[in-house]
Amino acid sequence: MTQNSPEGTGDVAMTAPTQPAISDSTDAGSPVDPGELATIPGTTVMVSRFENPGLAPHVHRLADTDPRAAKRAERQVAAMFTLSIIGTIVFCVSYFAVGKTDTVWLPGIGTTLLQNLLLGAGLGFGLFFIGIGAVHWAKTLMPDEEIVEERHTLRSSDEVRDDAVDVMKTGAAGAGLGRRPLIKLTLGGALGLFGLPFIVALRDLGPLPGDRLSHTMWTKGARLVTDPELAPIKAADVTVGSVFHVMPEGIDKVEDVLEQRAKAAVLLMRLSPADILNDKEREWGYEGIVAYSKICTHVGCPVGLYEQQTHHLLCPCHQSTFDVTEDCKVIFGPAHRPLPQLPITVDTDGYLIATSDFHEAVGPSFPERG
Amino acid sequence: MSHMSTTSTSRAATTTPTPASARVAGGVGGYIDDRTGAAKAVRFGLSKVFPDHWSFMLGEIAMYSLIILLLTGTFLTFWFVPSAGHTVYDGSYVPLKGIEMSEAYRSTLDISFDIRGGLLIRQIHHWSALLFVASISVHMFRVFFTGAFRKPREINWVIGSTLALLALVEGFAGYSLPDDLLSGTGLSFARGMILSIPIVGSYVSSFVFGGDFPGEALIPRLYVVHVLLIPALLVGLFTAHIMLVFLQKHTQYPGPGRTNSNVVGYPFLPVYTAKAGGFFFIVFGVTTLLATVAQINPIWAYGPYDPSPVTAGSQPDWYMGWLEGAVRLLPGWLEFSVFGWTFSFNIAIGGLILPGIVTMLMYAYPFLEAWVTGDKREHHLLDRPRNAPTRTGLGVMAITFYCLCWAGGGNDIIATHFHMSINDITNILRIAVIAVPPIAFFVTKRICMGLQRRDRELVLHGIESGRIVRMANGEYVEVHEPLDEFRRWELVQHDAHRPLPEPDATDEAGVRRPGLRAARMRAKLSHFWFEDRIEPVTPEELAAAHAHGDHDELAGQTGQPAISTSDTSSALQDTDTTSGASTRH
Repeated sequence: MTQNSPEGTGDVAMTAPTQPAISDSTDAGSPVDPGELATIPGTTVMVSRFENPGLAPHVHRLADTDPRAAKRAERQVAAMFTLSIIGTIVFCVSYFAVGKTDTVWLPGIGTTLLQNLLLGAGLGFGLFFIGIGAVHWAKTLMPDEEIVEERHTLRSSDEVRDDAVDVMKTGAAGAGLGRRPLIKLTLGGALGLFGLPFIVALRDLGPLPGDRLSHTMWTKGARLVTDPELAPIKAADVTVGSVFHVMPEGIDKVEDVLEQRAKAAVLLMRLSPADILNDKEREWGYEGIVAYSKICTHVGCPVGLYEQQTHHLLCPCHQSTFDVTEDCKVIFGPAHRPLPQLPITVDTDGYLIATSDFHEAVGPSFPERG
Repeated sequence: MSHMSTTSTSRAATTTPTPASARVAGGVGGYIDDRTGAAKAVRFGLSKVFPDHWSFMLGEIAMYSLIILLLTGTFLTFWFVPSAGHTVYDGSYVPLKGIEMSEAYRSTLDISFDIRGGLLIRQIHHWSALLFVASISVHMFRVFFTGAFRKPREINWVIGSTLALLALVEGFAGYSLPDDLLSGTGLSFARGMILSIPIVGSYVSSFVFGGDFPGEALIPRLYVVHVLLIPALLVGLFTAHIMLVFLQKHTQYPGPGRTNSNVVGYPFLPVYTAKAGGFFFIVFGVTTLLATVAQINPIWAYGPYDPSPVTAGSQPDWYMGWLEGAVRLLPGWLEFSVFGWTFSFNIAIGGLILPGIVTMLMYAYPFLEAWVTGDKREHHLLDRPRNAPTRTGLGVMAITFYCLCWAGGGNDIIATHFHMSINDITNILRIAVIAVPPIAFFVTKRICMGLQRRDRELVLHGIESGRIVRMANGEYVEVHEPLDEFRRWELVQHDAHRPLPEPDATDEAGVRRPGLRAARMRAKLSHFWFEDRIEPVTPEELAAAHAHGDHDELAGQTGQPAISTSDTSSALQDTDTTSGASTRH
């Protein structure tokens, strides 16, 4: 923009068509002398432009002039088609002749299934060489003189357009919609509504959400068991700095296992009680052992990574980071809410149990979670 | 065209000396034509001339990928079991023996290990899905940057955009079907997005999944979407897309002999039959070889879906990465509660609103640009991207935004790969997605204008020959060889649009004109588009340059090409002059 001339060289010519077209361009630093330019014919025309020179002269290929080159190209094409045939045969033979589990070692790929390799190579080259052969054929031996085809506007002629309008008008008049508003109105209503059954019928795609999103399998007294071993956990076995993937006892007995696992997954960690900065967190835990929902409050990935030293939980999907020392509040990433805590204690045998369900909905936010 | 058909028929007549076979072909052809009139379509279609350019093959790759997907997909349906029903694996992949899993996952393992060629077909299917979306994208870039979407092809741009969106959804549905850990993680992400729909999110989720997540309803539903619903739409719309290309004839790049009212190229038969048909086999062959040596989506390594574990570095297929990135970059404070309702805009913006906006802009662009230029002509000659600096800049801006979002989707990969802090990368990208695209616009536009100046330079002063001549006065100059007229034409053939004038606030009677605000808006946008521009060289300028001899022109750095600031009064006349382009030839 800094190089723009104050008046604009191109447009000056436009505003003053009687002047030499680019006489003012000297302002912009052009070395053209305006006096001399005036003698150039055509400068009084506003937009004089170059003429399209037409097609450039055609350059013949070697195969067009040299029969030996043409013969060579022909042989090359035939060779490629032959390679394709070989590829297809390789596919068919190795389909039957090679064992499914045979492996072979290839540099750069490693150990790979031999049959898969041969099938792929056979099919791949079988296809590839048809293509290469055909393209080579077209490029060397088929006519390469460009052909000019005229374009025609797609627009119909005015008569045709008028006819079309007439047809529609005649049709509309014949139907008499304009004269019979009652039909028009009811037809509009009927057409507007007929799709409704197809929307209504979608209702039974699934049950209403109810409050299922707000509850999990956890109940008062439910034992915490390790996942996937499903062994109950003694508080004494949870050492400081350790982390357990936990499910409620009986998770393997329910019918909707995956659906329950999706909500009930819990992470159990033990911190030194002095590291816990939040009173509620300490109270809901047991001697520094705390249990938090493993399902991220962002879009519901399992929060899988626990940093022992910093007591941070990291969701590997979108990197939301939760601080376990501060009731799992969000310290980084796209999540908004802290991970819900599961209140726990120990039973008479010293095993960890839940004292209730989560006090709020676990997992990703939804509109009516409040 | 009539000229074409006569030459081809006469050729056919002279080169088929075997009357027996000719009679058979004529008989069959005649039989069909008697009943369908197909000869007209054959004449129309096979004599069609197509212009040649490598960038026209990008859309072809998309077309062929679609065919490959339909072929390989059909094979996969023979063995895939679209069911979430529980089963225990007893196939030949030892590490998973005895593991509980869904029928969908088990059948995908069977395809991979127990059906001969199944793994190959599965991998071809997945690779060509990636290639399908990728080729659609670059095909769209080509169409956008060359202005091929302009009248009369706006409708085809809209159809093409729809195809692109459908391809994304189809791809996502496809890689969610095997019910492995990764695809399940993707579905849980989709479910999180659905839940973030304001007010009705949990209802929609419950309907889509048939109850709680993950449920058993989704996989069969997704299967129907993937193998029936979207493929039908894709094939239908694609047919319309290609029919319009035939009907409107292909655009062509500007060049000697090429005008807005002709097509210069090769006939469909035999050249394009061989070239395009051959290219199908090349695309299929290369995809197959890729699927042979490059493993993709090894579902056996992930294990069956279980909502409680996850692997670090979980990534969607590449085309979903930008949405993933948007969701990763959005800060958590965008979630809030009002009157007991939770609004999760930290998710909804990335998952729902952003793709909505991008889609709207994509659909709207041809109409927006037509409105801004006020250009109602048909355009069959493509723009060289440099000759449309603002459009090119906007396109690069959009691509930059997309790529930054995409990088955000891989922020963990970047972090582990380059040993950087994930927090820093995320924060930098949060700023970059907003700050960098405008810079990209500006830089691109300037580069385009620089290239245009170089074109002018070449036309005016020719090519440096490397020959140094000593003048009588002792001065050394380098001899510049002028361009031949064919090469020159490529550099001077284009129009430089000029901005629309500021509208008069009142008409002749002094009455405030209606629609003034829109007209002002339009003039403003038009200035944004065309304020900075570089005019192509005119014959006079070239004559002037030649009259002065080369050594004068060596001081070319100070010589200003005819760039221009906006000049409203002159631009008023200009709409006439640019529309005169079609009459010039």
